[in-house]
Amino acid sequence: MRSGMANFSKSNVPQFAVDVYQNEYLPEGGREVNAIVTVTATGGGTVGSAVAAPHLYSPGQGPSAAVALMVDCSGSMDYPPTKMRNARDATSAAIDTLRDGVHFAVVGGTHVAKEVYPGGGRLAVAGDTTRAQAKQALHSLSAGGGTAIGTWLRLADRLLSTADVAIRHGILLTDGRNEHESPEDLKAALDACAGRFTCDARGVGTDWEVKEVTGIASALLGTADIVADPAGLAADFTRMMETAMGKEVADVALRLWTPLGTTVKFVKQVAPTVEELTGRRTEAGPRAGDYPTGSWGDESRDYHVCVEVPAAGLGQEMLAARVSLVIPEPGGSVQNLGAQGLVRAVWTDDMTASTSINPQVAHYTGQAELAQAIQQGLDLRKAGDIDGATAKLGRAVQLAGASGNADTAKLLAKVVDVVDAAAGTVRLKAKVEEADEMTLETRSTKTVRVKK
Amino acid sequence: MSQMPQQAAVSKCPSCEEPLEPGDRFCGACGYDLSVVPARPEDSPTLAIHGVVPAPDDVDWPVARDSDGHGHPAPVHAAAELPGTDSGGSPLPPPPPAAPPSAPAVPVAPAGSPATGVRFDRPGEPEEYPLQAPDPRLTAEPAPVPGQAPAPEPAAASRQPAPDAAEKVCVACRAGRVDDDGYCENCGHAQPRERDHMEQESGPIAAVSDRGLRHHRNEDAFSVGCTALPDGAPASVAIVCDGVSSATRPDDASLAASRAAGETLLGALPRGTHPQQAMHDAILAASQAVNALADEPATAREQAPHQNAPACTLVGAVVTAGLLVVGWVGDSRVYWVPADRTTPPARLTEDDSWAAQMVAAGLMNEAEAYADERAHAITGWLGADAYELEPHTASFKPDRPGVVVVCTDGLWNYAESAEEMAEAVPLDAAARPLHGARVLVGHALDGGGHDNVTVALLPFPAPSQGAGSA
Repeated sequence: MRSGMANFSKSNVPQFAVDVYQNEYLPEGGREVNAIVTVTATGGGTVGSAVAAPHLYSPGQGPSAAVALMVDCSGSMDYPPTKMRNARDATSAAIDTLRDGVHFAVVGGTHVAKEVYPGGGRLAVAGDTTRAQAKQALHSLSAGGGTAIGTWLRLADRLLSTADVAIRHGILLTDGRNEHESPEDLKAALDACAGRFTCDARGVGTDWEVKEVTGIASALLGTADIVADPAGLAADFTRMMETAMGKEVADVALRLWTPLGTTVKFVKQVAPTVEELTGRRTEAGPRAGDYPTGSWGDESRDYHVCVEVPAAGLGQEMLAARVSLVIPEPGGSVQNLGAQGLVRAVWTDDMTASTSINPQVAHYTGQAELAQAIQQGLDLRKAGDIDGATAKLGRAVQLAGASGNADTAKLLAKVVDVVDAAAGTVRLKAKVEEADEMTLETRSTKTVRVKK
Repeated sequence: MSQMPQQAAVSKCPSCEEPLEPGDRFCGACGYDLSVVPARPEDSPTLAIHGVVPAPDDVDWPVARDSDGHGHPAPVHAAAELPGTDSGGSPLPPPPPAAPPSAPAVPVAPAGSPATGVRFDRPGEPEEYPLQAPDPRLTAEPAPVPGQAPAPEPAAASRQPAPDAAEKVCVACRAGRVDDDGYCENCGHAQPRERDHMEQESGPIAAVSDRGLRHHRNEDAFSVGCTALPDGAPASVAIVCDGVSSATRPDDASLAASRAAGETLLGALPRGTHPQQAMHDAILAASQAVNALADEPATAREQAPHQNAPACTLVGAVVTAGLLVVGWVGDSRVYWVPADRTTPPARLTEDDSWAAQMVAAGLMNEAEAYADERAHAITGWLGADAYELEPHTASFKPDRPGVVVVCTDGLWNYAESAEEMAEAVPLDAAARPLHGARVLVGHALDGGGHDNVTVALLPFPAPSQGAGSA
């Protein structure tokens, strides 16, 4: 059985592999080098086994972890009353998914943050007793008050930092706008928490602000999604917790070395979602910088790296970038995870070679444009620019169809009437369900991988 | 452009057009003295061989068939057609079962499907570009070939900084250290690799290989060596291979093939194997070495989709006191350049190329064939995905001294005809082979250096011991 095998290697950091996909050939005078870097972590086996049989884990066998559940308890959660009940049930399901030995706490969020369980500025350690106690404590949750998400995050950070653990993770549920603190306050809280724990964010119903929820997930390197129907919360919370329990190593950074005279034009995660990382670089020695990627279980992600190198003569070859993975350690040193990928530039007069675009690069360039076209299209639609919105969403339909992103194509079809998908001809729907528009916006960054 | 040796042209009496039999000294119809047939003006491998070749001591090599002293070109032989003897005159042990029973005298493309088995020696439709850094195991100092006297000369000083084991400094920016992958830690530039420029002398022969000016790595390889026959007579060996660029790891293929063939020849000749048989066996050994590469698991760095089997061409020559044996697969060539430049030079190999096959099959004339974009596609190569391997070998008994030029198309693209090649070969090439090889590589670089360039020079006859050390 898989879980039995996995138990022997539990404390191990997964094996990381780096694969580079690029056309390294440049024409004479060419400078821009694009590469898709696939990072794959394997060997821990925790995702499969934790999901299949979480209770088979006993204390000390999984990577040490702490989880904070942040549940919106603002007044609006009572409209309709099923929303609060569903949030309680979902939190209860998430608690059931906690692996034995994992530290956890439940935070109730309004315009202030309150410890719901265990209280006293501590974390509980998951076991049959604490799980039952926590679920009991959820009954006391009641709706009333405002929304200041920054305070919830700061409390979660304080609680999570009390445990000496490898993985720190938050799950945040909100149903409304962050009305009781300034955007600057939320931004400051996110800056303070970034790199200290990862956090998934969920919006329930349709009264919340998509950009707030996606902004939280993006800053804290977690996932964002909409749960339009509160009845779907329990299943979603269970999945989120299972994923969190599958994480094996935290704070992994993508380290990019580039040679002298080279400009990093951008670094972005492109699968499973588009996540801009360019601005999140921290310098790491001469000509090297680290880009945060958060925590990893058994999973694979793709990154698009684009650098501009100084031109060199025909027949010349240079290393345009070296990609490796590191974990920062106390004291400023890092643990190098071993795997590395080389991004090259080779100048050639073979036009066939230098003019072709690597299929992976082409695909993800399209996926990034797709996400951008959806966001711009929806913004223009809200601003009343019908022509602009039609053009952008038409382009999105075209890109989604061409790249085989069926999920996004389906979401788009709920917002526009597709006249000709291949040509990108669409008409805005006169009436669009708010949930459909918010789902499209929240999930606009989801990508598909290259069809092989 | 390259040309097949037109056997038909010399299989008729030049006087009365009567068909001739190989070995005829006089025309059976009109009595025309065939020994005075003038050498064809083209670069067909015409070697006037008059009289008796001075045989070294007791060795009585069989006369290569059809090298009969009538100016007939030596046709392509399957090695098995030419039973070798050891130097005592005794029959050799039976050839290995791998040797094909016979091979057609001239490789001919199937007329209905001329492109079948054709391989372009350039990237095809690029989709992915798996660029393999040279395997460090293989790019390391070439292992010395047994019987090979001097160690390889270091690469040309202009390209190679003084070796400093402790701290290699980048040749491009002169500031950065060189990392383990061979790139500068400062400016990122790839450092000259061992194989970018290689020179080697071995006794009286020498070879030079260069990356050229347009390719980012050298996918050619060579091996040269000297040995002695059982009777102590000297023998020189040169093998030159050209990696097929559209295949995976072409540089590994050429290196493996040149080594395997060189080692096979240098092992077989001292045991008394007939040089033509030894050449045949060497090509088979090279083929197996290249095939074996396809079975090796890709290293992490080489993991890439769309890999295909490593492949290369091979051309080689063995020179003894009285015999010149050539062997090849692909479009790398051997030229004969007599010391007396008033006598005609010759090309001794026939390309396994699409154009050559079209001309040979009579489907196109030379102009048409070489105007086609498929002209330079090769139709024979070493590699796991090669069609049935057809090693071509031929032996010659030149009647005068000269120099044997063994080269890749990176050179002959700039000196295609035998006359052009002879013009490029310095007059003292037999005496100063390393210098001569450098001059020839320079000729290709001056012409544009569009491909890797490799050339080996072997003086004929092999100088007796002590006479030829450069």
